[in-house]
Amino acid sequence: MGNEGIGARVLRKEDKRFITGKGRYTDDITERGITHGVFVRSPHAHARITSIDTAKAASMPGVIGIVGGQELIDGGVGNLICGWMIHGKDGSPMKMAAYPAMDPAVVRHVGQPVVLVVAETKAQATDAAGEIEIVYEELPSITQLSKVLEPGAVEVHPETAPGNLICDWQLGDEAATEAAFASAAHVVELELEQNRLVPNAIEPRAAVASYDTGEDHYTLNTTSQNPHVARLVLSAFYNIAPEHKLRVIAPDVGGGFGSKIYIYPEEIVCLFASKKLGVPIKWVAERTESFMSDAHGRDHISKARLALDSDLKFTGLKVDTIANLGAYMSLFSSCVPTYLYATLLSGQYALPNIYANVKLVYSHTVPVDAYRGAGRPEAAFLIERIVEVAARKLGVSPVELRKKNYVRDFPYQTPVLMNYDPSDFITLMDKALAHIDIDGYAARKADSERRGKLRGIGYSSYIEACGIAPSQAVGSLGAGVGLWESAEVRVNPVGTIEVLTGSHSHGQSHETTFAQVVAQRFGLPIENVNIIHGDTDKVQFGMGTYGSRSGPVGLSAISKALDKVEAKAKKLAGHLMEADEKDIVIENGELKVAGTDKKIAWHEMTLGAYTAHNMPEGVEPGLVEKAFFDPINFSFPAGTFICELEVDPGTGVTEIVNFVAVDDFGTIINPMVVEGQVHGGIAQGIGQALLEGCYYDENGQLVTASFMDYCVPRADDLPSFAVDHIEVPTPNNPLGMKGCGEAGAIGAPAAVINALTDALGTEDISMPATPEKVWRAIQATRPAMAAE
Amino acid sequence: MYATNYQRATSLDDAVAKLNAAEDGKFLGGGQTLLATMKQRLAAPSAVVDLTKIPELKGIGVDGGTITIGAATTHAAVAGSKEIAAVLPALTGLAGSIGDPAVRNMGTIGGSLANNDPAADYPAAVMALNATIHTSKGSYSPEEFFTGLFETALDEDEIITKVVFPVPQKAGYEKFRNPASRYALCAVFAALTSDGPRIAVTGSGNEGVFRVSEMESALGSNWSADAVTGVTVSPDQMLSDMHGSAEYRASLVSVLAGRAVKKAG
Amino acid sequence: MSEVTLTVNGREVKRDVEDRTLLVTFLREHLGLTGTHVGCDTSQCGACTVHIDGNAVKSCTVLAAQVDGSSVTTIEGLADGDTLHPMQAAFREHHGLQCGFCTPGMIMMAVEIVKRHPQGLDEKTIRKELEGNICRCTGYHNIVKAIDTAAKTMQGQPAMAAE
Repeated sequence: MGNEGIGARVLRKEDKRFITGKGRYTDDITERGITHGVFVRSPHAHARITSIDTAKAASMPGVIGIVGGQELIDGGVGNLICGWMIHGKDGSPMKMAAYPAMDPAVVRHVGQPVVLVVAETKAQATDAAGEIEIVYEELPSITQLSKVLEPGAVEVHPETAPGNLICDWQLGDEAATEAAFASAAHVVELELEQNRLVPNAIEPRAAVASYDTGEDHYTLNTTSQNPHVARLVLSAFYNIAPEHKLRVIAPDVGGGFGSKIYIYPEEIVCLFASKKLGVPIKWVAERTESFMSDAHGRDHISKARLALDSDLKFTGLKVDTIANLGAYMSLFSSCVPTYLYATLLSGQYALPNIYANVKLVYSHTVPVDAYRGAGRPEAAFLIERIVEVAARKLGVSPVELRKKNYVRDFPYQTPVLMNYDPSDFITLMDKALAHIDIDGYAARKADSERRGKLRGIGYSSYIEACGIAPSQAVGSLGAGVGLWESAEVRVNPVGTIEVLTGSHSHGQSHETTFAQVVAQRFGLPIENVNIIHGDTDKVQFGMGTYGSRSGPVGLSAISKALDKVEAKAKKLAGHLMEADEKDIVIENGELKVAGTDKKIAWHEMTLGAYTAHNMPEGVEPGLVEKAFFDPINFSFPAGTFICELEVDPGTGVTEIVNFVAVDDFGTIINPMVVEGQVHGGIAQGIGQALLEGCYYDENGQLVTASFMDYCVPRADDLPSFAVDHIEVPTPNNPLGMKGCGEAGAIGAPAAVINALTDALGTEDISMPATPEKVWRAIQATRPAMAAE
Repeated sequence: MYATNYQRATSLDDAVAKLNAAEDGKFLGGGQTLLATMKQRLAAPSAVVDLTKIPELKGIGVDGGTITIGAATTHAAVAGSKEIAAVLPALTGLAGSIGDPAVRNMGTIGGSLANNDPAADYPAAVMALNATIHTSKGSYSPEEFFTGLFETALDEDEIITKVVFPVPQKAGYEKFRNPASRYALCAVFAALTSDGPRIAVTGSGNEGVFRVSEMESALGSNWSADAVTGVTVSPDQMLSDMHGSAEYRASLVSVLAGRAVKKAG
Repeated sequence: MSEVTLTVNGREVKRDVEDRTLLVTFLREHLGLTGTHVGCDTSQCGACTVHIDGNAVKSCTVLAAQVDGSSVTTIEGLADGDTLHPMQAAFREHHGLQCGFCTPGMIMMAVEIVKRHPQGLDEKTIRKELEGNICRCTGYHNIVKAIDTAAKTMQGQPAMAAE
């Protein structure tokens, strides 16, 4: 066995099935008698449903049944919920309007499901769906965030949330922050937009729902990042079935990025319909449906003010944000622009006074929830943009201004709840500067100018919070769930190991990295370790994968269970070798008595545990241990990104020519996997900065509803990335891991926009900075260049 | 996709007969637009008559100053043609920029021209090179053939058989892609032909592909990028959408024309 | 209905299908070859890429009937028994996949890219050639490296060391 333990660049165990076409995604699953569901969706942003005529469709070939919203109500199906209760600054609870899986009376966004058609083939279901006649009375709609709070604006839920305001929320000390501004030597102001994004995992959402009449039991295969949470919510809130009568399986899942955390109307309706119609039903979203029904991300507008003293130390930050939650409150929508956003506004800086006011609002758009980074990209973008603007306005190097204000002493308590892990922000910046070859930048810029191009460089020093915890603390902030993780380690009689984890891998490589940690503990090859996840019938309750939590929380639970296995293994081995368990060491697949040549093989010990012929007194047979891990704090990955780009003034096209990311993720299990996570995150961050924008027109139509209009990055939009790291382990979990899944998406947008505004010589440019926007900026400042 | 009938034509006559026998038939080339449209239920032909297996619609010939491309020739075949590259690399480059490699393996020149998408590439080459479009009923000059957005002079049962391109003295093609769809947002084909300079623009015109006569006359006396970058076109004749306003597209016409001329050498 | 005969991964198959049946539906639903995926409805993501008579094609935008008589290779037919195709091996070696959903189409396209560039490939060309294949996980960085390596292996040049 080579080095397969912590820190080794081990190739992935899961790859073989994916590269040979043997992955098993939800749409690949079928069963005898499978039928196909197609949803009829609202073409209107806001309308009253006058009538639904299904007669013709019902008589079409292959049609098995048609289910509408009234049947769900009659069947006792509960409304969808937002699972995080926040309170406004006046103490009032957030105003959560009813969110039926299919509302029989009113639709509030384009793409809202209205009717499910089930037929023997998908083509038949689609044919029949086209023949369902729904008469709508169109109503005025509001989709533009900047207008949602205007007096007299159309209201999305007038009875529950007058004026579209869900919650007027705040964090921080307003008076102290105002005082900081009153005594400031410099004040810098900036207005910012966080463009609305569509996650676009390449596997569309899907569900296969079936009901077994003999067992009175449902099974749902679905594209979920957290099957246990799905089962809990389906059971406790949507009244599909008690948990023990519902099995939820998340098989191979083709990317999530947050969008597959939530339990959507489609899964609920398919489960309901599978019992009602007595057939297993498969529903697979088409991409356009994904655009119209997957939870979107971001969508803020903000005003920010930064106060500095005469020594250019930051003394205060005041932020006013309006956050769009769409037409209904999705599962975790309330915490994203509040506790996952305002708590990170201190950035990497010692910033003594911070006050944030966030107004969460409804609009006639697809619900908005967590998308890769969830709140933290918005915070990082705001602080890193305003710091850059401050440096330029005050005539100081953006690097020096950052260094002057970085937190240097840890742990560090911010004025916005967070207590930062140790890290080394100066070294992160210095390493990034070395990678980008900052000394050669002037020459590169001159060369660009000779070629008629504009070159810019931009920095972003982000910090984020992962492994949302501890459960008691998040509970006090309004979370409806605990945010621990569970693990069970089963050592088999022959010594191989199965690990059941509540985490879920949909690209994160858990089958490899988790196995590395297990294998290292006992000196076994990773081939002897299997990671099992994603099935509520196999795995104990777990919380799933989001928020970069699988390492810091999921692996910590495994680590705790391994502690118990190790302790029992030593007890058994000590007994078998007639030695003190304290003297047993485990290495290279053997249990040895320290200081002697006595040893037994790992599999001899494990077989002994199961034959149970010779157990220590009072010790149970077998070798299976469970653990739950509830972290004592968040973990805080941080890093500095530097983007160097070139603009073609004639077309406004921006080309990223160098991109450096240096991160501190604490302990790294597998650098290859971590780098891959960073690459993907950066790509999504660059996408947000330059390419991706989700737009509604004045009639509330989603005009970016396919890849024809919504631009996800292609290979030729991106450069290769230079990725490096430092490792400052967090003391808050056993392995010292901080989490790495979201960092790239959090840090990248500000680096790109800072570089672009540097190239253009403008204070700001809104995201996505499309070629036309860039061209217009050049037209405004340098019209001669824009004509060549 | 609505139900349809697939029919494979073996000859031009067979194709026309099959189309006419159908209630609402359509000719099918590589299908990269038609099938995509049918999948979205935006088109519902009762039959599709596949032209791509008709032998006389295949093939590339380069002879005596002309390039002849059979209508069912794929973009990939044109892009990979060493014969064409030897005399008109701007055309192989154009073909190699259409869609993506998989689309180029199916899509055909005849299908592209018959569809006359305002963002398609081939219309620019046909217009700038003054190519002749031969059909089952006759032949057309570019000006006769392209009649508006998604509109051509073709009858319902008329089939493009081949396109004949005169080889110019010089030619260059410069394309700016819509970042999302990758179709041309604006693209300019510049050619110095035996009849003088010709500049054709695709992707931007609100009536489809068009020529810019002011640029052509400027190039007549001075074949250089500078001659065209100073010539502006009116935004009034430009398309405008979320990916590019009329003003932006108008500016791109001048910028890209300069680059196309420079590429042509 | 049409009778469609194809040679899929070396085996002749014959099925009666509705004329509107797309090749990807034929492969997935009628033959159970679920390695070919569908990620969009506008022929852009490339997850459905297969080879038809050796050429990479988006199987979501081709009727099965249209390619009657052709030879189709899917991701399931790329390896030689237990021996991975060099492109498959390179994707693993360079961590060119995460969730795996775009991977079959990506690999099938990559094999054709190498075939069409016997003179060799550089990074810019690889990125350009991947225009019709979308990956949301990897940022393409490691996909590009994998294709570069596989190209050298397939063309008999020494591959760069895996990082």
